[in-house]
Amino acid sequence: MTGQNDNGFTRIQCTVNGVPRSLFIDVRKSLLELLRQDLGLTGTKEGCGVGECGACSVLVDEVLVDSCIYLAVWVDGKAIRTVEGEARDGRLSPVQQAYVEEGAVQCGFCTPGFIMASTSFVEKHQGQEVSADQIRKGHAGNLCRCTGYQNILKAVEKSLKP
Amino acid sequence: MFDLQTYHKAGSVEEAIALLAANPDSRLLAGGTDILIKLRHGKSGFAELIDIHGLAELRSIRKDAEENILIGSGTTFTDIIESKLLQRSIPMLCDAAQSVGGPQIRNMATIGGNICNGVTSADSAPGLFGLNALLQIHGPDGLREVPVAEFYLGPGKVDLRRGDVLVAFKITPENYAGSFGYYYKYAMRDAMDIATIGCAVSLKTAASKVSDYRIAFGVAGPTPIRCPKTEQAVLGRELSAELFDCIAEVVIGDVNPRTSWRAAKDFRLNIIQELAKRATHKALQRALHPAGQKEGETI
Ligand SMILES: Cc1cc2nc3c(=O)[nH]c(=O)nc-3n(C[C@H](O)[C@H](O)[C@H](O)COP(=O)(O)OP(=O)(O)OC[C@H]3O[C@@H](n4cnc5c(N)ncnc54)[C@H](O)[C@@H]3O)c2cc1C
Ligand code: FES
Ligand code: FES
Repeated sequence: MTGQNDNGFTRIQCTVNGVPRSLFIDVRKSLLELLRQDLGLTGTKEGCGVGECGACSVLVDEVLVDSCIYLAVWVDGKAIRTVEGEARDGRLSPVQQAYVEEGAVQCGFCTPGFIMASTSFVEKHQGQEVSADQIRKGHAGNLCRCTGYQNILKAVEKSLKP
Repeated sequence: MFDLQTYHKAGSVEEAIALLAANPDSRLLAGGTDILIKLRHGKSGFAELIDIHGLAELRSIRKDAEENILIGSGTTFTDIIESKLLQRSIPMLCDAAQSVGGPQIRNMATIGGNICNGVTSADSAPGLFGLNALLQIHGPDGLREVPVAEFYLGPGKVDLRRGDVLVAFKITPENYAGSFGYYYKYAMRDAMDIATIGCAVSLKTAASKVSDYRIAFGVAGPTPIRCPKTEQAVLGRELSAELFDCIAEVVIGDVNPRTSWRAAKDFRLNIIQELAKRATHKALQRALHPAGQKEGETI
């Protein structure tokens, strides 16, 4: 492994759920691997590994991405939000709370990715009139094999209400 | 982990050109939504990367002093959807961007990567063909401009030479001003699916006649294509129901789809005829009821 780096490793600075980090990382790693293997943040899941299922969704500088096809080095200088950072002081985020209330979780494997997709969608559309179709489109990058999506849709609708 | 052999981060286009020249087997990495997938699947030829992800100089949408619209190659599909300039001037490109993947893919995938990978299903290609987009390519010998239709050399083959970086797409005012367009994608699923057929129509009307007409397809041949016979047949015709019959009849002579596991040739031909009519209809709606007025009315 060669390049303008230290034997294939490089130093990056970022914040993870608000905590500043300085990390020495293998440039071949995906952001998903960085989170799960190096930082022990195993809330973010790996489903397909190729951008199809959204289980690995996180926010990087408030942009929703699939962390399995995102190079870890790309987060240098950026702020990452994962599902672990969404609850504050023992209280679930409004999106998480709505998922619980609407029964939008079954096995839970897709849930961390869905929570981040919904959080991104809700923050982008706060205070706007949003159709069910827009919500579906806004979650088209996430797959769930249990719930049939109906309760997820309801949870997002609930989170959009002020 | 991605099985990379070499990795270089380019801090500028100039540096990317130099790095490409110095590393003959390397490729550019932009959004990575093609390359990183290929690496995951263990495909060879993608292990040496020059990273231009997020380079600010490649990520802009603007109009220059000559009214050309310039779209940087590193512009993501989300950037295109959210661009006020494109919503106003070339909404067809926003339609195409909307039809790509899901939100996560649109947030990462670039329009440059979409064209440089050379695939016929690239959703941004038919619109760019209809707009006669010029590709501004920076290489070791300076800048050249290549019309998008000449850029495609064959399936997966594009006119990029050693050391070349696609910098921007240039759309001149005679190709967009006063034109109304629409991109219609047909796929098996409404989202996260590649096009069975994609169709872009861009037209102008004057005195109830079609005064300019361009129609282009993705997946109707080994590369994206324009349809010269159809364009010739439509030009100057009255806006009428027969216009649509004419389009459906002539367009068959312009296309060459094939059978694949996704769809049979006959089915694709059927979709081509239908999309040609629908995209034309939608473009005419935009022409006759410009922004602000209600869509969905019949002409
Ligand atoms: C789940 C999923 C869904 C998808 N859905 C769609 C879809 O609906 N429609 C569609 O059209 N595509 C789709 N794609 C394919 C892909 O997202 C697009 O083709 C995307 O636009 C590629 O852009 P990128 O920046 O990610 O390319 P990269 O992977 O970074 O690069 C692609 C190719 O272009 C070259 N390249 C990139 N930038 C430049 C440049 N500036 N100069 C020279 N060469 C360059 C690279 O070297 C590489 O060969 C999908 C992909 C995935 C994973
Ligand atoms: S694991 Fe990343 S999209 Fe499926
Ligand atoms: S709850 Fe099981 S995959 Fe969604």
